[in-house]
Amino acid sequence: MVFARVRSSADGASSVSAVAGINLDILRGETLCLVGESGSGKTTTARAIGRLVAPTAGSIRIDDIDIAKLRGTRLRDFRRRVQFVFQDPFESLNPRQRIGDIVAEPLVVHQVLRTKSEIQDRVWKSLEECGLTPGRDYARRYPHELSGGQRQRVCIATAAILEPELLIADEPVSMLDVSVRSGIIRLLLSLRKVHQMTLLFVTHDLSLAWAIGDRVAVMYAGRLMELGSAEQVITEPKHPYTSALVTAIPEADPDQPLRPMNLVGEGASSTSITGCCFRLRCPYAQEVCATSVPPLADTGHGHLTACVRHAEISSGLPKIVMGTMAAEPLASEPGDSDRMTASDTTTR
Amino acid sequence: MTTVVLSQPPGPVTGEQTPAVERGTLARLARRRMVQIGVGGLGLFVVLAIAGQLLTVNGIATGSTAASIFNPPSLQHFMGTDELGRDVLTELSAGALVSLIVGIAATAIAVVVGTLVGLLAGFFRGWLEVVLMRFTDAMLTVPSLPLIIVLAAVVGQGLGQIVLVIGLTSWAGMARLIRSEVLSLRERAFVLRARSVGVPPLRIMRVHLLPQILPLVIANTVLISAAAILAEATLSFLGLGDITRPSWGLMLNNAFKSGAAGRGAFWYVLPPGLCIAILVLSLSFIGHAINEELSPRRQRQ
Repeated sequence: MVFARVRSSADGASSVSAVAGINLDILRGETLCLVGESGSGKTTTARAIGRLVAPTAGSIRIDDIDIAKLRGTRLRDFRRRVQFVFQDPFESLNPRQRIGDIVAEPLVVHQVLRTKSEIQDRVWKSLEECGLTPGRDYARRYPHELSGGQRQRVCIATAAILEPELLIADEPVSMLDVSVRSGIIRLLLSLRKVHQMTLLFVTHDLSLAWAIGDRVAVMYAGRLMELGSAEQVITEPKHPYTSALVTAIPEADPDQPLRPMNLVGEGASSTSITGCCFRLRCPYAQEVCATSVPPLADTGHGHLTACVRHAEISSGLPKIVMGTMAAEPLASEPGDSDRMTASDTTTR
Repeated sequence: MTTVVLSQPPGPVTGEQTPAVERGTLARLARRRMVQIGVGGLGLFVVLAIAGQLLTVNGIATGSTAASIFNPPSLQHFMGTDELGRDVLTELSAGALVSLIVGIAATAIAVVVGTLVGLLAGFFRGWLEVVLMRFTDAMLTVPSLPLIIVLAAVVGQGLGQIVLVIGLTSWAGMARLIRSEVLSLRERAFVLRARSVGVPPLRIMRVHLLPQILPLVIANTVLISAAAILAEATLSFLGLGDITRPSWGLMLNNAFKSGAAGRGAFWYVLPPGLCIAILVLSLSFIGHAINEELSPRRQRQ
């Protein structure tokens, strides 16, 4: 059952978009991992789904209602159903609010509970559910008295206390110590199970997506490259970008030699490229890739890919031809800083 | 016998305390020489104003006989008498009260208006920001003293009117400052998180933004009050103040008109001017010290 439908317009030639050509359904109850390198638009997409940024074109529908049109009490109801956990737990807590007040705020503004003692009990319970025991002690503290992992648990407690239908976790562990990451992820997964939430998990870590995701969506330069079950995407990638990423997943065996990345060129900007945004880095690029944007094609079993040569790629990798497309000079592309400003302006 | 506590809740519970950062700032402020001098000067005038209300040493008017006017300092009149035979110390004390009242009340108006305008403009952006900030720019561009004089001449000379006029002409700088701070604060992750939780805008401003800008507000409150006191003295000196209450500006005006300086009555001419200077300087010291303490250069991160 589809929970949310994300449709963004195919890119027009003239306008510059941070995110375009996203065609994504989020199924109720699933864990969907949104994977991509930095600048690939995964955070923007996640924020658009949570209506923290307004899309300039396209639509995001939940229960067949365009969330961009929500106002007033209906917007507030929407907020109650969709909650966020952000990347930086050091920045995302108000330094002058006590933990108890931070966690209680959703209950107060949504008027879920009215009496002070009810709210207090619920806050303590929620803190303890998130591993901050005893909740009574943590509630009295200020954010600067907690570690990064503890702060992220506070953020999760705040997001989960309303029991939202969709929890959007935007790189929730990338700022944390490796030692506390698995604890945070296990907490998110167990909360998802207990409260039967849908989880949209944004990450740049493909192996993490493989471990926790029911489905994985791979983004590159603001476009959706591949979408399928975690198993399908990792074990039989149908897009050259995904397969390059999969080869880059390090082996746990130190004796295993690093596999060469099957990519050419460097991280390029997407904005001024005609046709497939990945073609300049793609070893399989052909003339056709420059002329038209490859549509998301269903290759069976709900496994979608935006590559015109996916059939050849999945039936044994085609021979690499260093064609004219791949050798096109990258120097003419605008630099990273240009891309940042361009995407900033379009997502406002 | 000693009791060994084997298990404790994780970490000490700090209880009802302000965040450590704030306590540190206050302590550092108290150690600053400028703050010590400033608070001393301010305290002096607070004591003077209160003492004058509690014990009026000599009634204001003692009758203007030739023998009682322009008396030099004596045991009966510590700071001499003026051109009407009034006790200068008593007048100074009453003037301190007026200065402090105007300073506090006008500043309160300016701070509330300035903070509100800055918060609304910075948080909501859009047309509201354009309207509010263009109005603020206009207020900043018009020279404030002529504006105050014109307004004072229009609305009248009561103490309340003076407070209103000074308050409503002193908020613009504050509004700009608050707006710029809010512009950067509103992009911070904790504000984004609050929005994602569904916290309504007014509550975001009250709970998440206001506490962050409070130190800035306090620093500028002190500076605005210095300017407000100076403005009141100026108005009174120009004869646009409340002539029914002895204020420092009015004293200067009277001294000027009665030719006190020419008659060598330094005890009448100098004190009000010195009082204005010391009080304004004290407040400026405190304000600048707070500003410096809060400047990004000194901040930990």
